[in-house]
Amino acid sequence: MVIAEVDSLLRSSVANSVPILVEFLRQEVRKTGFENVVFGLSGGIDSAVVAYLAVQAFGSDHVFGLIMPYKTSSKASVDDALKVVNDLGLSAKQVDISPQIDAYFAQVHTTAPLRRGNKMARERMSIIYDHSVEYRALALGTSNKTELLLGYGTQFGDLASAVNPIGDLYKTQIREVARLVGVPQSILDKAPSADLWEDQTDETELGFSYEEADTILHLLIDDRLSLEEVCAYGFKPALVETIMRRVQQNQYKRRMPVIAKLSSRTIGIDFRYPRDWGM
Amino acid sequence: MKLLRIALGQVSPRLGDVSENVRKHIDFATSAKEKGAHVVVFPELGLTGYQLRDLAFHVARPLNHPDITSLIDASKALDIDMVFSFVEQTPAYRFCVSSVYATKGTIAHVHRKIYPPTYGLFEEGRQFSKGDAIDSFSLGDHRAGMMICEDAWHPSVPYLLSVSGVDVMYVPAAGPGRALSGDPHSGSQMFWNRMLRTYAQLYTSFMVFVNRVGFEDGVFFFGHSFVASPTGEFIGGSESHDECLTTVDIDLEIVRKERYRSPFLRDEDIYLTERTLSRIIREGRTW
Repeated sequence: MVIAEVDSLLRSSVANSVPILVEFLRQEVRKTGFENVVFGLSGGIDSAVVAYLAVQAFGSDHVFGLIMPYKTSSKASVDDALKVVNDLGLSAKQVDISPQIDAYFAQVHTTAPLRRGNKMARERMSIIYDHSVEYRALALGTSNKTELLLGYGTQFGDLASAVNPIGDLYKTQIREVARLVGVPQSILDKAPSADLWEDQTDETELGFSYEEADTILHLLIDDRLSLEEVCAYGFKPALVETIMRRVQQNQYKRRMPVIAKLSSRTIGIDFRYPRDWGM
Repeated sequence: MKLLRIALGQVSPRLGDVSENVRKHIDFATSAKEKGAHVVVFPELGLTGYQLRDLAFHVARPLNHPDITSLIDASKALDIDMVFSFVEQTPAYRFCVSSVYATKGTIAHVHRKIYPPTYGLFEEGRQFSKGDAIDSFSLGDHRAGMMICEDAWHPSVPYLLSVSGVDVMYVPAAGPGRALSGDPHSGSQMFWNRMLRTYAQLYTSFMVFVNRVGFEDGVFFFGHSFVASPTGEFIGGSESHDECLTTVDIDLEIVRKERYRSPFLRDEDIYLTERTLSRIIREGRTW
């Protein structure tokens, strides 16, 4: 019952967030001197939400989506990405990443899904950044708060971006925002998946549901409860500990690389300027 | 009726660009004068932007710096009083978040922020020195006082301003919104509204809240500048989180009526307050 309670709290809390997110995009992108944005459209809910927010912020002429399937990617993902493209009237381009992935793994042999998945995520990132030059566009992030906290993403792959409008929204909140901005129903209904291999779903891979994860994360992070206090709500201690450990172990993915301090003004330590410096 | 037309200059400063922000202040002041305002009020750090970190060192200005004197001069040239805020570098090189009340080409008062917050998303204590004086000042037919943002979250600040005799308290702010409340107004925004209306009623004074707008490093500032009357009512404001200039007319006669009807200030026993505070200080904090 705590899940239902927190879920409903998280969902209702986003009721008025859309205008703020749209304005955030406008200001944080335009102050960098860019008028256009680019990002990968996977067919999933996160990138769909970013697309709808970006079109509200900049108009469809300024929003560029890249659909980058691998040969094993599900056909439904591409179809769902195209639904977003057609619904919003976006300029979108399809880039099949199979040749570059296959060329690499023809030389470097591995069947490890993690390595193959990471490689695909990083190839997609490099394609997005390459197109950012062609479109004179800033790369938008599509990672949500749940993924960022759990470290469920590839460093310098799908986690890479210049500006991320949805990084403070849990997955369950993304679903609510998706409804508010009009994301197609088929995208709302399907199981979330990184689609890095066939039949992959986030929840099978993670071993818990997003509702469980978001509730536990909300209690641990936002409400600052202890592990014991969270378990007292009836969660299995092993699950709560797994989630907390993931948050901790993946802190590095949320930070810039650590620099050895030698001088009196070291980047990231005592050379401290806002990101918006000079913009 | 003693009418004072107040213009709320709800700006989005350009981070670190003092001369651009001075220009914007002068533009807003010019428009405010055209709207017949007697005073135009700008938000906390309106001349510098808020999330400064090490930029504080670059944007700090002494009171006699041309960027600052140009605004003081503008209060005479445009014939409008101005409340503006910036990083003040004192003669001994303390760096303070300060707010100036300029009138007729002179400085009527400088308030240095007493409580630069250093917790959560705030890190002002890293760069800024605390102010050490709270005082009101005369503007001829009424007295005013200033407190900057976090100062207002310490009830002692409006209390001391009140007993030093103010009729109008100016509150320049850089209040960040936390949009996830499910309410069209964020939690912090609602709290500001409740708090300042309560102060207005308890201290039988006008409260003039001017909050900045815009995003800095992802942080959203919610605007919604407003004026509360000594009756505790909201009497006008911007209702927006965009840049705008809103004028609100206040009738200073209301202070007279409210202080007769609700003589909290007359009955306030500052001697008891002083004796009690002295005893607590003498005995030390036991908590």
